[in-house]
Amino acid sequence: MTLAPSSDRATTDASEGRRSRRGVGSPARRAVARSPIGYLFVTPYALLTIAFGIVPSLYAVQLAFTDADGGFAGLENFTKVIDDFRFWPAVLHVTIYLVIWLLALVFFVVGLALMVHAVGVRWVSTTLRFVYYLPGALAGASSVLLWLFVLDPTASPVSGLLGAMGLDSFVQVIQPGHLPAIFAIIAFWTGAGGWIIIMYGALNNISTEVIEAARIDGANAVQIALRIQLPMLRKWVAYMGVMSLAAGTQLFVEPQLLSQASNAVVPNDYSLNQLAYQYAFQQNDFNGAAAISLILLVVALLLSWVFVTRGGLFEKE
Amino acid sequence: MAALSTERRRSSLSGWSGRSIIGVLLVVFILFFAVPIVWLLLAVTKSSKALVVDHPFSPGSWSAFAANWHQLFDFQDGAVTTWIGNSALYAIGALVITLLVSIPAGYALALTEFKLRQALLVLTLVVMLIPSTALVLPIFLELNSVGLIGSPLSVILPMSFFPFGVYLTYIYFSTSIPRDILAAARIDGCTGFQVFTRVALPLAAPIVALVAFFSFVQNWNNFFLPFVMLPSSDGYPIQVGLTSLLAATPAFNPSSAGSDSVQLPTLALGTIVSILPVLIVFLFSQRFLVAGMTAGGTKE
Repeated sequence: MTLAPSSDRATTDASEGRRSRRGVGSPARRAVARSPIGYLFVTPYALLTIAFGIVPSLYAVQLAFTDADGGFAGLENFTKVIDDFRFWPAVLHVTIYLVIWLLALVFFVVGLALMVHAVGVRWVSTTLRFVYYLPGALAGASSVLLWLFVLDPTASPVSGLLGAMGLDSFVQVIQPGHLPAIFAIIAFWTGAGGWIIIMYGALNNISTEVIEAARIDGANAVQIALRIQLPMLRKWVAYMGVMSLAAGTQLFVEPQLLSQASNAVVPNDYSLNQLAYQYAFQQNDFNGAAAISLILLVVALLLSWVFVTRGGLFEKE
Repeated sequence: MAALSTERRRSSLSGWSGRSIIGVLLVVFILFFAVPIVWLLLAVTKSSKALVVDHPFSPGSWSAFAANWHQLFDFQDGAVTTWIGNSALYAIGALVITLLVSIPAGYALALTEFKLRQALLVLTLVVMLIPSTALVLPIFLELNSVGLIGSPLSVILPMSFFPFGVYLTYIYFSTSIPRDILAAARIDGCTGFQVFTRVALPLAAPIVALVAFFSFVQNWNNFFLPFVMLPSSDGYPIQVGLTSLLAATPAFNPSSAGSDSVQLPTLALGTIVSILPVLIVFLFSQRFLVAGMTAGGTKE
């Protein structure tokens, strides 16, 4: 696909770098490279990839370009869903949500990981990571249910806070304008801790000699964080960006449950994913559903491409 | 040594004010992450009236907890028990396959050369980026055509395809395992397979735990896939079952007030029960998670 040429280039760059450091075909590299187990080890994974990655994807492409009887439909399915009055609002909803969520994720996760890492007292740092991760156990429907309680002023633990913002009823809280932020908060609440742990691990992997050398050169903690730790986290931040973008375009369970709990104050076609679901299972139009899925796919791939090229995800070492 | 460098780092932090800002931020986020959970734990010990009237952080009583417990597990003749059993079957089944498949694959991608290696890597990333509808609906049709819809396999097999785990393993093996160690093992006479099982795998214990953990959590919490694949309530995992509970809760769905209706504290208890296994696994894996990504082969 479009990703192949440039990532080849990225790897070539990386292996050139390696070559210059280690010399062409260092013994270690060669010894491992000769082993035939590569094929053996990747075959089961390759089979699963074909069954649940490639085949369904190609099937989606085929569906998107055919009509209900299997005849070639050209772009008909695409024009149909794009002209759907529910399409552009859904695009807007997901976009705003993604912007808020990704910004919050990158800013706070990296910040918190650096701060937690800077805490010198071991048990404090362990406790912090534990508490931050704890909500990670509640994902999917569970986390949305919990947030239904939090957002319902009649029972909410923060009803005082909601009241101070002038929100006295559940319906007031879930006004359309609030939803992207609400979904971003739910997603951040459940997901941020896992990434904080991963970033923390990456920080631990930065060799102490590098940090020590910087300190001897007179760098203070903030300078070390910004000039050394942050650049070395780049790959992980890019990784987080790609994964979160992929997950974010899938927005489904949050609006779905909120719609169910609010007697459709939140529409059941709020997100693109829901719209695709409506097409497939309410309108029995799998071709339309596939067209939406394909649009989502292309957009996610294009946006992720930026993260991949910027973050150097494919550089080894 | 560690203590010494820690001391130095702390003293070089930008002074008292800098440290207190960091402290405040860390505490604010503790509240943000913890308050809803603490509230939820207290909510299940209250009657539905006490939940609304009493202070949000006041404890309830054992009798109220027992009443909620009975209401939850009596719901639709013990549907909750069935759902939990289903979740366990799906999550553990997929977890086992995921580990058997992902760890060797990540190792091979990172440390061996073979044809199509680069293609498989790119493919892994691409597939990770594909939004779930793009796959769930076509997978639904694919499995429908082979007659698997409604069977446990219709969720277990797609869930065991876990490119995230492969990628995590790949990153770990390509960044944290020095090739010199593997080369040394080969010089000592290990076969390619032994290098993997005796050297790489033990070193990768933290990443195996991490992949297992993420896989289990993701499988257990998966909503959309089972929502589409499993038409009958008997086959629901608990996450999908929660929607049935929610639909029967008059507070969020006024039309549901009836004989089998669910009160708010019972719904809260359902939420806790739905995540209990993940919580337990989390407590057990915490040591791995903390040691987590840190273990490197040659470090110190």
